[in-house]
Amino acid sequence: MSSPSGKPTHPFIALLDRAGMQLILGVLIIVCWFTVQNFGSPENIMNLLLQVTTVGIVATTMLFCLASGNFDLSVGTLIPAGGVLCALVLRHGGNLVLATTTALAFGAVVGLLNGVVVARFKINALITTLSTMMMVKGLAFVFADGKSIGIDNDTLLHLANWAYPVIHNRSGGILFQITLPVWVCLGLFAFFGFVLQRTTFGRNTLAIGGNEEAARLAGVNVNFVKITIFTIQGVVAALAGVLLAARLGIGDPKTAQGSELSIISACVLGGVSLSGGIGRMSYVIAGVFIMGIVENAMNLLNIDSFYQYVVRGAILLGAVMLDQLKQRR
Amino acid sequence: MGSAAPYLQFEQVTKVYPGVTALGGVSFGVNAGSIHALMGENGAGKSTLLKALSGSHAPTTGQFLIDGKAQVFNSTAEAMAAGVAVIYQELHLIPEMTVAENIYLGHLPTNRGIVNRKALREQTAAQLRRLGESVDPDMKLAHLPIGQRQMVEIAKALTRGAKVIAFDEPTSSLSAREIDKLFNVIRELRAQGCVILYVTHRMEEIFKLCDACTVLRDGRHVRTHETLAKVTPGLLVQDMVGRDIADVFGYSSRPHGAVALEVTGVEGRGVTEPVSLEVAQGEILGLFGLVGAGRTELLKLLFGAEPMTAGGVKVHGETVTLRSPRDAIAAGLVYCTEDRKKEGIVPILSVMENCNLSARKAHVRFGGIINERWENANARKQIESLNVKTPTPQQLIKHLSGGNQQKVILGRWLSTKIRVLLLDEPTRGIDIGAKSEIYQIIFRLAREGTGIIVVSSDLPEVLGLADRIAVMREGAISAVLNRAEATPERVLAQALPLEKNSAA
Repeated sequence: MSSPSGKPTHPFIALLDRAGMQLILGVLIIVCWFTVQNFGSPENIMNLLLQVTTVGIVATTMLFCLASGNFDLSVGTLIPAGGVLCALVLRHGGNLVLATTTALAFGAVVGLLNGVVVARFKINALITTLSTMMMVKGLAFVFADGKSIGIDNDTLLHLANWAYPVIHNRSGGILFQITLPVWVCLGLFAFFGFVLQRTTFGRNTLAIGGNEEAARLAGVNVNFVKITIFTIQGVVAALAGVLLAARLGIGDPKTAQGSELSIISACVLGGVSLSGGIGRMSYVIAGVFIMGIVENAMNLLNIDSFYQYVVRGAILLGAVMLDQLKQRR
Repeated sequence: MGSAAPYLQFEQVTKVYPGVTALGGVSFGVNAGSIHALMGENGAGKSTLLKALSGSHAPTTGQFLIDGKAQVFNSTAEAMAAGVAVIYQELHLIPEMTVAENIYLGHLPTNRGIVNRKALREQTAAQLRRLGESVDPDMKLAHLPIGQRQMVEIAKALTRGAKVIAFDEPTSSLSAREIDKLFNVIRELRAQGCVILYVTHRMEEIFKLCDACTVLRDGRHVRTHETLAKVTPGLLVQDMVGRDIADVFGYSSRPHGAVALEVTGVEGRGVTEPVSLEVAQGEILGLFGLVGAGRTELLKLLFGAEPMTAGGVKVHGETVTLRSPRDAIAAGLVYCTEDRKKEGIVPILSVMENCNLSARKAHVRFGGIINERWENANARKQIESLNVKTPTPQQLIKHLSGGNQQKVILGRWLSTKIRVLLLDEPTRGIDIGAKSEIYQIIFRLAREGTGIIVVSSDLPEVLGLADRIAVMREGAISAVLNRAEATPERVLAQALPLEKNSAA
């Protein structure tokens, strides 16, 4: 490979270019492993994996939103709304399938609304999804009547804690396991990574983000792609909400506050371009885990959560500036 | 005239863009107290010269002498400080601000930092009176008609002490009355000793208004007429078109088949009169017109990129319903856009991605999974057959030269099954070598039976490529000429705007 100017680049720089964030993730893991007490313990790794699932799951579809040059803030309130709806249907005697379907359908409707408004009416995605975010937040409270709803459906609680593989310690307790939400997250990483790289839908997404008018004139069905992206985004956010509620045992309209920003920052941190056209699942995975590990390490080091905000913000700003520098070169 | 040293002198002004020389050493002088016309075809270098003069695009080499002082401007502020103002077709004014604020923006009269409204109003009113305008200085600019906005722009230039004022086709959107008024103001400026550079396409304006005239062609100075007494319109046209249309194109006639594209009564935005056309299989139809004549608009209608308000399109005899470009592409009717950067390439994707963008859906498996083998093979095939110069198919397209980008876009369409190819300025901003390669591709496609429409502002290009030439003027087809009858003079005469009825 050669740089834009045609000059051959140093192999190390080229590696940084291609896998900058993955490298940083690797260094971060090694540093934390040796400096942060308990970081490498099976229990902490289990925790860490579980912690990043919500952000990770939604980031898989946020990748498409960003790659197509769009943006979705409404996921931040769709997560609690999905959980609340699922819990509500179960509370009123519905079965698990109905409850989950209701939650996902709600997510689909909100996503469809986002998509149609953005694609057909050409309204700025920031404003559109900011509006639906508020509406969904209100609706979640309305559904839950302002309270959190307990879940007593055994199948769901059991599913949320289903794990494979389960490794026991000597005393018979659980040493390490990977639970269903983590598997779902990993599965979505693989699935949407494949969709982005290897399907027309994914390639068209990147083309739209890279140059929407050129894509339209090349025969790409721009509106269809955009609306589909937002709809899937809604469904996946609601799914993340159901899994979170199942894990916590309650549908709580107050959970996951501000998660939309964590999700978008994880993507951007990994190298997904905010202006569209550039994105890969490996970037998202790196971003999600860097954010997750920093948070996890700070918790282990007992750093006050107020400082954590400052650190996370600074990391994001640094990453974006690094990216800008990389592109300017 | 002509004895004293000119007030404004261009000396070997050269502007090179990557791959293109827009201005190649232009030298001429403009006297104080004269109105000097600047003429030339599209792309002759008039706008580039004005941009160099205004400081927005500094020349690569060369300089201006203003009142004997050598100058090169690197910013509009520097040009302004030297008393140079350029008034563009699109006025650089802020619609939401008042007339007075627009005129004095950047040097508002103030009292310790607070804007002195009263002084602002009075100075503006006085300035406008000099131009014979009685506009309320506190009126929002957005409420003014275009003619008065132009006066505001002129007033703005005068308050900055402009001595050299250049106009870029100032009458293109004015009514006859507004034009008369503008001309009077320009004559008044001349009387005050200003140097006026006047860019226009309209022949009659030159003879009505101007004292001298310079013709540019292909970025070079052709001739300066210090006086227009002995100059005829025919002479100017000849200077503008000039060059021999030598057979650099390698044109040879080919047999034409059945009708490839049939256009009946098409209307839409930018196309004011219904357009009907036919292009046979294997035929190249040239579409010539000045910028703004509606050529691009017409092609976009035919491609379904803009909604048609009336009319129909048939490809190979079958009616095509055009709701979007996808419908056109499905019927084998494809369009290479004029603005490659904005509407053609996806800059941050690779050559391969850009090449396969349109055709890949015909080769996917399981309803949407990309056929990597086809993707690689097709990209390689197009790169090879179109001679695209790229290190690898994975190279980002933005790093390619304009000519190679254009070939990739052609490759995008050649990967699909095409019947009709619409080309909009296919060689704009492309160097000579790549140009002739693209001509050969066009001829090859025609020999293979594709019906082709080529839009170009470059008259020799149209004449060199086309079997027939349709000329557009002000949103309508003004003439369709056979290759044999299409002389440059005849085509240009059909393209130049009709004289407006003006009393001055």
